[in-house]
Amino acid sequence: MSKHHKRVLGWGAAALAIGALAFVAAGCGSSKSSSGGSTTNGLNLPSSIGKGEGALNLIEWPYYSDPSFAKKFETQTGCKIHRKDAGSSNEMVALMRGGGGGGGGQWDLVSASGDASLRLIAGGDVQPVNVKLIPSWNDFIPTFKGPAHNTVSGVHYGVSLQWGPNVLLYRTDKVKPGVNDWAALYDSKYKGQITIPNNPIQIADAAFYLMHAKPELGIKDPYELNKEQFDATVALLKQQRKLVKLYWNYDTDGRAAFANGDAALGAIWPVDTLALQAKNVPVKEVIPSDGATGWADTWMLAKKAPHPNCAYLWMKYVSTPQVQAKQALVFGETPVNPHACPFMNQIQAGSCAKYHLNEPSSYYDTIKFWKTPTAHCNQGKNDCMDYNAWQKAWTEITG
Amino acid sequence: MSELAQPGAPLRSARLRLSAALWRRPWLKVTLLLALPAIAFLLVYLGALVALFISAFWQVDAFTGKVVHVWTTENFHSLIHDQVYRRIALRTIGMAAAVTVTDAVLAFPLAFFMARVAPPRMRTLLFVLVLLPLWTSYLVRIYSWRLILAKNGALNWLLNGIGLPDAGLAYTNKAMWIVFSYVWLPFMILPIYASLERIPDSYLEASADLGGRGWRTFRSVILPLALPGIVAGSIFTFSLTLGDFITPLLVGGAGSSFIGNVVENFIGVNGNIPFAAAFATVPLIVMAVYLVIAKRLGAFEAL
Repeated sequence: MSKHHKRVLGWGAAALAIGALAFVAAGCGSSKSSSGGSTTNGLNLPSSIGKGEGALNLIEWPYYSDPSFAKKFETQTGCKIHRKDAGSSNEMVALMRGGGGGGGGQWDLVSASGDASLRLIAGGDVQPVNVKLIPSWNDFIPTFKGPAHNTVSGVHYGVSLQWGPNVLLYRTDKVKPGVNDWAALYDSKYKGQITIPNNPIQIADAAFYLMHAKPELGIKDPYELNKEQFDATVALLKQQRKLVKLYWNYDTDGRAAFANGDAALGAIWPVDTLALQAKNVPVKEVIPSDGATGWADTWMLAKKAPHPNCAYLWMKYVSTPQVQAKQALVFGETPVNPHACPFMNQIQAGSCAKYHLNEPSSYYDTIKFWKTPTAHCNQGKNDCMDYNAWQKAWTEITG
Repeated sequence: MSELAQPGAPLRSARLRLSAALWRRPWLKVTLLLALPAIAFLLVYLGALVALFISAFWQVDAFTGKVVHVWTTENFHSLIHDQVYRRIALRTIGMAAAVTVTDAVLAFPLAFFMARVAPPRMRTLLFVLVLLPLWTSYLVRIYSWRLILAKNGALNWLLNGIGLPDAGLAYTNKAMWIVFSYVWLPFMILPIYASLERIPDSYLEASADLGGRGWRTFRSVILPLALPGIVAGSIFTFSLTLGDFITPLLVGGAGSSFIGNVVENFIGVNGNIPFAAAFATVPLIVMAVYLVIAKRLGAFEAL
């Protein structure tokens, strides 16, 4: 190739490059105007549920629309379910924010846990729900009618579904005699045998422990920590890191660590206890007498839901006692509708008590449900550390 | 016929004028020819990089989690001044370097055997064996390593069987090092093989004629000629390790986070794409420097 040709090629390429960059820059610029969304101005709630649109697109935890109860819904309403299983709360938020946010016009409902729900509300990705259209809502345990993780200033952004505690699990062949206090997770006796979730919300577990172990810090709510309380919690977690074998990303990874003998003690979910016990791994689960943190899931309605009627029909359906009972036993969690109790016992004798559905309301005061931390906390001082700070601190602890 | 030719005439003259214009302006011809592939390349490849780099200078609103389009160097500031990100970046780069060295040491003898010693039939067999792991999913191979290294796994079972204590490798950085070295090994063997195969026999004979024995011939003839192949292989092993986030997630333990994991968490947990983008420029810069050095060493002739 001659020198002249090379130069010609060079100029042509340069011209193209500038053109393409201008195009990209223009694209970036235009996306600016589409961002920004209002949250709660002027509630425009439906007063009745119309006819189903024939389809329902769910972002869900695996098995949250298990065919054992979803099939009946599909034949009853004609709403064909398309499900997308998510592996983590982050994945759920990312899916909801895809395609311009609000579910991108693709998704109708998301089964968000408490560490995701306020993020979705604040980001304008979900819309208010008229709970009057969900008859079973009146029967819910009071805690779950308008919990802080899905209700903001009296506006409901979804319908509570099921919940479960974060439990202390240990291998009975390795930890003798057993443990029954969260302090075990911070005990150097178990160095290299502990597994805990790799999730910034885990900071709340340490704060919950300090709430009882160090009352002088004055922690009232493990999700509302001021700078001093936060720093003390992070310091405790940095100590704990030296004892941790594995920060599990998916609960199945934590489960594998217990099964393979790499972990002897840790924080995990009841569903994993059941799975391990089914495989004859000698494990025992405890909820210490101080209580525990817990997760509670909510079906939240996407702002740009393409099938709102089917979405309402689904929220109505999964709140009924029979379906609540079925789902609880498929997944290993606790219904929010106490009328599910006899149906649970019908499917599996004694399961209502096993999943704590028959507890008095005072029991729920000992469970601190996940909610996304924000700077605006209830004490009115607005001096709390927000989720960005939690995320950064968690990277610092585990990284 | 004439009816058909009539409308064709102006078209033909237009075509002639166009070709004349193109002939007179070669730059126009080149631009038109290359426009489509070049735009595709720029948009898909460079466009993504430019978008990444631009968003690295934005910020995220703490409350709503939405990206705020205001220019700031805050992300790079905290990247440089926060100790944890430096630690994670150094860990990632260090691991990539360790894996590259390990793979080079492991791959060289095998590649040498394949290229210069093995008879053709065995060479084919060895090729198949080297490539065989690549036919299965990368995820499957990582999971199987997790089973091997677990406390109740195959490795400890073997060690205990011959009276040795547990290796205790599960969920450690050493486990990551082993798995990475295993997973990327074929990418090192193949370029080294290619460069070794290219060495003419006459060079080795000449070295022998001049009194060079095995070690001397290896040092002065084989190694310098194989070096571009080693460097080419190292580009693969280094960049693949640098960008990975699955292996740290699955076989790493406490304190095993890579740049990729932090990027994933920042995007996933609070949608902080600007910070993730800022951190993602680190491997980009490291790789650019690495490639410049590799080019100096002649790696691109061996690819």
